[in-house]
Amino acid sequence: MAEVKSKYTKRIDGRKFNETRKVIAKVGVVPEADGSAMFSFGEGKEATTAIAAVHGPRTLHPQHMQNPKTGILRVNYDMLSFSVNERARPGPNRRSKEISEVSKWALSEVLELKDFPNAVVDVFISITQANASTRCAGINAASMALAHAGIPMKEMIGSISVGKLDRTMVVDVNKKEEDYEEGEGPTDIALAFTERKGKVTLMQLDGKIRPTELKEAVEIGRKAAMEIIKIQKDALKNVGGEK
Amino acid sequence: MSEEASEKKKRKIVAPGDVIVSGDDYLPGDGTERDDKEIIAKRYGLADEFGRLIKIIPLSGVFTPRRGNVIIGKVMDITFNGWIVEFGTAYNGFLPLSECPRYINQNDLAEHFAIDDLMVAKISGVKGRGIDLTIKGRGLGKVEKGIIMRVNSNKVPRIIGKEGSMISLIKEKTGCEITVGQNGLIWIKGNNIEDEILARKSIQFIEEKPFIEGLTDKMETWFKENK
Repeated sequence: MAEVKSKYTKRIDGRKFNETRKVIAKVGVVPEADGSAMFSFGEGKEATTAIAAVHGPRTLHPQHMQNPKTGILRVNYDMLSFSVNERARPGPNRRSKEISEVSKWALSEVLELKDFPNAVVDVFISITQANASTRCAGINAASMALAHAGIPMKEMIGSISVGKLDRTMVVDVNKKEEDYEEGEGPTDIALAFTERKGKVTLMQLDGKIRPTELKEAVEIGRKAAMEIIKIQKDALKNVGGEK
Repeated sequence: MSEEASEKKKRKIVAPGDVIVSGDDYLPGDGTERDDKEIIAKRYGLADEFGRLIKIIPLSGVFTPRRGNVIIGKVMDITFNGWIVEFGTAYNGFLPLSECPRYINQNDLAEHFAIDDLMVAKISGVKGRGIDLTIKGRGLGKVEKGIIMRVNSNKVPRIIGKEGSMISLIKEKTGCEITVGQNGLIWIKGNNIEDEILARKSIQFIEEKPFIEGLTDKMETWFKENK
């Protein structure tokens, strides 16, 4: 294995293979919401930024969606029209509906909504700037926002994307790396982990990968996700009692 | 006093999944969970020890109704034997006709409280998914005249102050009658609109301030500057 390793020692933007972009996390960015957070991979033009706002628990309408056994979670992922270079057509589309659904699955694993029958917790994720890994930034923002809203949850969730540049695994891909055509072609895996139990709550693969490589990808992803969770918690603790 | 000082030392902010303490000596309270030997935080807030019991005091999020809380709510709907009252929680409250202090004709419930009327009510019970209200008691009933303002419900204890010191200071300085609902709605009723606006400004001032020692003293100097 070792001799066929990549000819590269660094990535396009000078990062190490297991290094994420600079992570920025902030809690309490939407005053009208019950809980909110901003999460960003990178700074300036290179950044992927997501804002999550949580409303509820509140009464669920339409009534036929209510579940008398437990509260439910609704996630809405939205890429704002100015988030990419070419204007994105606003409103829900096939892609955003899929990401909303997988984000919901990733988050509901840790939430405990049993105490809120017939109620709903709404999470609105807005991508204000997109440069790959948007669903990961969205899940990270949502994890902080849910905690900030005081929703009972077992643990925090950290999400990270792992890419493959030819045969080298890299964490937190940007747009250029996501589309990297050389060698074995572009591969991008979105992953989400819970902190204490280390469960995988999201795994999506675009491209090709060998089973052994996938294990490696999950392991480096897990390490990066744990660091992200640490940053999330620091952000939560630094708002203190204020906001 | 000394008891409170020692309590403060133990408090720390926790996030979901944090280990608060480990050991078999502790009991998990509100917002916490036992996992083997460790007590884990299940929500974001201030971890507090009451003897052996560990619980979490919320710092943010929606208001959690408890028995005995005084709230200010809005009439959403009228049923044949009472009113449905909304006050910013997941479930609406219900004020039955029998919990009114005076006789009301059952055919004319809207005479007493019409839809969209505001009321000061007390939570008489929280049962599973229903909240029962009562307006029997002093200071409870319909909201008439004055202004209503909304603050973050987690900051209500600060507005009231230690044993009501802050709110009585504001009442004294502005000459207004102020009713603070635990859900974050505040009813200010004064002799003229200027007094009411002064009271509202002072409450907004407290809401913006972080928790600092001697906020009541600060408030007194604020009144000197702004009156």
